[in-house]
Amino acid sequence: MIKNSMIEIKNVNKMYQDLTALKNVNLNINQGEFIALVGMSGGGKSTLLRLIAGLEKPTSGSITVGEDNSRSVMRMMFQEDRLLPWMNVLDNLSFGSKDKNTKAHAKELLNLVELGDYADHFPNQLSGGQKQRIALARALMTNPKVLLLDEPLGALDALTRRKMQDLILDVCQKQHLTTILVTHDVDEAARMADRIVVMKESTNYYEETCPKNRNAGQIGIVADRVLNEILGEKEIQKQTA
Amino acid sequence: MQDSLTIARKKRKFVLPVTKLLPFLLPIILILFWQVSSTLGWLSSSVLPSPLAVFQDGIKLTQSGELPKNLSISLYRATVGLLIGGGVGFILGFINGMSKTCRLLFDSSIQMFRNIPHLALIPLIILWLGINESAKISLVAIGTMFPVYINTFHGISSVDPDLIEMGKSYELSKGQMFFKIIFPAALPQILVGIRYALGVMWTTLIVAETISASSGIGYMANNAEDFMDMETVILCIVVYAVLGKISDLVAKSFESLLLEWQKTGRSNV
Repeated sequence: MIKNSMIEIKNVNKMYQDLTALKNVNLNINQGEFIALVGMSGGGKSTLLRLIAGLEKPTSGSITVGEDNSRSVMRMMFQEDRLLPWMNVLDNLSFGSKDKNTKAHAKELLNLVELGDYADHFPNQLSGGQKQRIALARALMTNPKVLLLDEPLGALDALTRRKMQDLILDVCQKQHLTTILVTHDVDEAARMADRIVVMKESTNYYEETCPKNRNAGQIGIVADRVLNEILGEKEIQKQTA
Repeated sequence: MQDSLTIARKKRKFVLPVTKLLPFLLPIILILFWQVSSTLGWLSSSVLPSPLAVFQDGIKLTQSGELPKNLSISLYRATVGLLIGGGVGFILGFINGMSKTCRLLFDSSIQMFRNIPHLALIPLIILWLGINESAKISLVAIGTMFPVYINTFHGISSVDPDLIEMGKSYELSKGQMFFKIIFPAALPQILVGIRYALGVMWTTLIVAETISASSGIGYMANNAEDFMDMETVILCIVVYAVLGKISDLVAKSFESLLLEWQKTGRSNV
């Protein structure tokens, strides 16, 4: 394993019967790095994330997480909140944890996502944005080292989405989390990630390193470049015309 | 502002008892109409005795101990039958819902047996078990097993796969997966099965006790029929109706207790 590397993906292929979902993917993700996987639907972004999470196994190749290759250091946030409707917010946070001080930790995290007063509420009493905040808090319950985000903000309105982006960035920086975000939104990727990986034709086709402390203009430039790579210049020119 | 709040509260207090009393309105009107018809002689007591006569008959049979004795034996048969049938139905539904191999092995055969009307088994059960307690309990158990089975099986096999995947990503053990995700997700459907089974339980018991019994409410009704004792016949029917209603209320209270989360909504925020 390369020094300072958190996730190492080597020659990974994934087939679903005759369909190639991933083709010879090689990627190295460093500790504390924020990676965004972008690309068209069917490009293999979510498949790669699911393989990293251990929810599916690669057809060939290897994915190593940390030094001991344990999936326990990872937690995943999905596009849907996937909260358990029969449990209140506090129980939803603590259900997967074996820690004795679970409840106290859950309350701390609820305060972190600014929903400290909602511990007794059930998920159907919360808005979409609040549910995703709870899902984020739940993902943080076991103090993970890697956070996997599978389009968690896709269903949110623009304002809530922006607030959630800030919250995720803040949490990831403070807790020095290695984060992989799958998104369709290149602006979101350019705003949040340290490095953007474009998935195209079932492989990691292109990479773009984002400048630190970027301003709106730089975000726009990065987003345009990434979009160019996803769609191809001809397609962009056609759309502009 | 304060005044309008007080008025609103008063209005709410006034509305609440009406909504609670409304379901009783129709039965009360029917009983009153029935009583008036009997008193005015529109209904012959040999065709339909008055509610008052049925009530008096109930008191007489309670004082003699006949009604409590038969009621308790019927309740015993119903409860034991439901526990056995419901238990077997739940276990079969559970294993078939959880394991594809078990589903392939058992489900097709269970569905075949399910399509046999369980009351059609009465002659066979009498031949095998006679007319003792085990025959009636077996009939109730067979009748209640299938609704619990179908609903448990359906409840477990239709748990949202996204929630199961979430559980896997949180590395839940098999036990945790069942108790924290699968069972609570299937519970609403399982309770529907139990509620349906309660209805089947009483129907089966009535038939079993009417055909072959020497005790129980069904036997009481059958015996009263032999002596043209219309008050007791009607009393037994009323007792069955009340028992059915009580069972339904018990099932409903379990539902509200166990599925409290379904009643919450965004309006509460």
